[in-house]
Amino acid sequence: MSDEQVETKLERIGWLVLLLAFTSGFIIMSVELLGGRILAPYFGSSIYVWGSIISIFMVALAMGYLIGGRLSINRPNLGLYGLFFLLAAIGLLPIVFFADNAMDAVFSAIDDPRYGSLLASTLLFFIPTALLGMIAPYSVRLMVDNTRHSGQVAGGLYFVSTLGSALGTLLTSFYLVLWFDMNTILITMVAVLLLAGSLAIAFNRKRS
Amino acid sequence: MSRVWVLALACLLCPSDVLGEVIHREKSLYQNIEIQQKGDDRCLVFAVRRDDRRQSCFDTENPDRVVFSYVRMTFGGLLLQPNPSAILIVGLGGGTLPTALNALYPTAKIDVVEIDAAVVRVAEGFFNFKANDQLNVAVQDARVFIKRAVRLGSKYDLVILDAFTGEYIPEHLMTQEFLAETRSLLSEGGVVVANTFSSSKLYDYESQTYKAVFNEFFNFKLPASGNRVIIARPAGLPDRQTLETNARALAPALTRFGVAIESFPRYLNTRADWDQTAPILTDQFSPANLLKNR
Repeated sequence: MSDEQVETKLERIGWLVLLLAFTSGFIIMSVELLGGRILAPYFGSSIYVWGSIISIFMVALAMGYLIGGRLSINRPNLGLYGLFFLLAAIGLLPIVFFADNAMDAVFSAIDDPRYGSLLASTLLFFIPTALLGMIAPYSVRLMVDNTRHSGQVAGGLYFVSTLGSALGTLLTSFYLVLWFDMNTILITMVAVLLLAGSLAIAFNRKRS
Repeated sequence: MSRVWVLALACLLCPSDVLGEVIHREKSLYQNIEIQQKGDDRCLVFAVRRDDRRQSCFDTENPDRVVFSYVRMTFGGLLLQPNPSAILIVGLGGGTLPTALNALYPTAKIDVVEIDAAVVRVAEGFFNFKANDQLNVAVQDARVFIKRAVRLGSKYDLVILDAFTGEYIPEHLMTQEFLAETRSLLSEGGVVVANTFSSSKLYDYESQTYKAVFNEFFNFKLPASGNRVIIARPAGLPDRQTLETNARALAPALTRFGVAIESFPRYLNTRADWDQTAPILTDQFSPANLLKNR
């Protein structure tokens, strides 16, 4: 493929992938920050509650990277990419509807709030975070067409998604919690993910 | 000349407690702790900053004297519950309050919940605080302690909420759900006393939240103090005469702590002097630290 062809392909979907990577970065950190609030009524806001949340997010992202990377080997396409967003949206729903039941059960079963918060974080956040983590390597694969530019493309994607994370952290902690209920924020994120996934799938249809 | 003015100005800005001699300083997991001594007053200070405030003070020459007015005001809860046999205190500070209550009610079982182990060490090392058979300290997040206590079916006649350092507010200890859990720990006729915020938007939100959980409560303010203490009792509030009778009965025992309880009843009123359209704080919505600055 010539350089010219690479550029036209990037122009066509590059902006979409960057936008979606930004969105997933934003949502990952926004959910992580809300995680502290979600667990506090059952496990307090001691330092180990944050320890539980952050470690589970890291492990979930690590698993997501691995799986997303593996899935990007064969016929990478925007349709599967969009599906990750839809699944992540569904993965967030239990936090809205079953968090209290889940934490209640964990609270009854485990006395030590360190392990209680670790288990509750796993139950609530592992799946959606891993799904959101799959987006990062897959985005790289969608945008990379030659090895020479692969580092640059990956760098650009990290740049955009990490900026998204920074903005998600800032907006959530400074303003969103002041303006809205937590569940309103979470439901909005579910809606945004559904929209993002549908957009990717629509583009996939148009292109094929 | 200008240097003199700068110095004068600087001293107007610096609060008097900074002038006390620092006799101990440590960084804990949750805050910076400083012990300052000025004359006979020894104070525990959290979050060392220009505008910090003394958290808990103790008179080394006269250890019984309760130095802070808001701590003295907390004794107002006894007017509604003069004979508590089980007491829960959230937030240890220098341990003034549990020590005084333990001396007043030697047979009462007192549980104190404090999140910071360093505060417990400092209270023991510098403020003569000592746990005993009746007086227990749990190093734990209060929300976790209370939720567990509810499940175990524990009951308290008096619950004192004093977990706020002034710098950072534990937002999960301000919500409707938390107060409902606290309420369900109360025995028949049990009383909740809360040291709360008296200024900023938080005053309105917090007042509305207490109202949602406890209905009517005493909004206790003393003229010379900037503090507000909430005193609530789900079984209903007593009339003025009962308060005064109880105050007279308690007064002799409270004199050694410097608590003028007989002056309290006339300041216990239920008038809502806050914005009653303010939303309540819930586990879903509790931006207390953001509201504090508004």
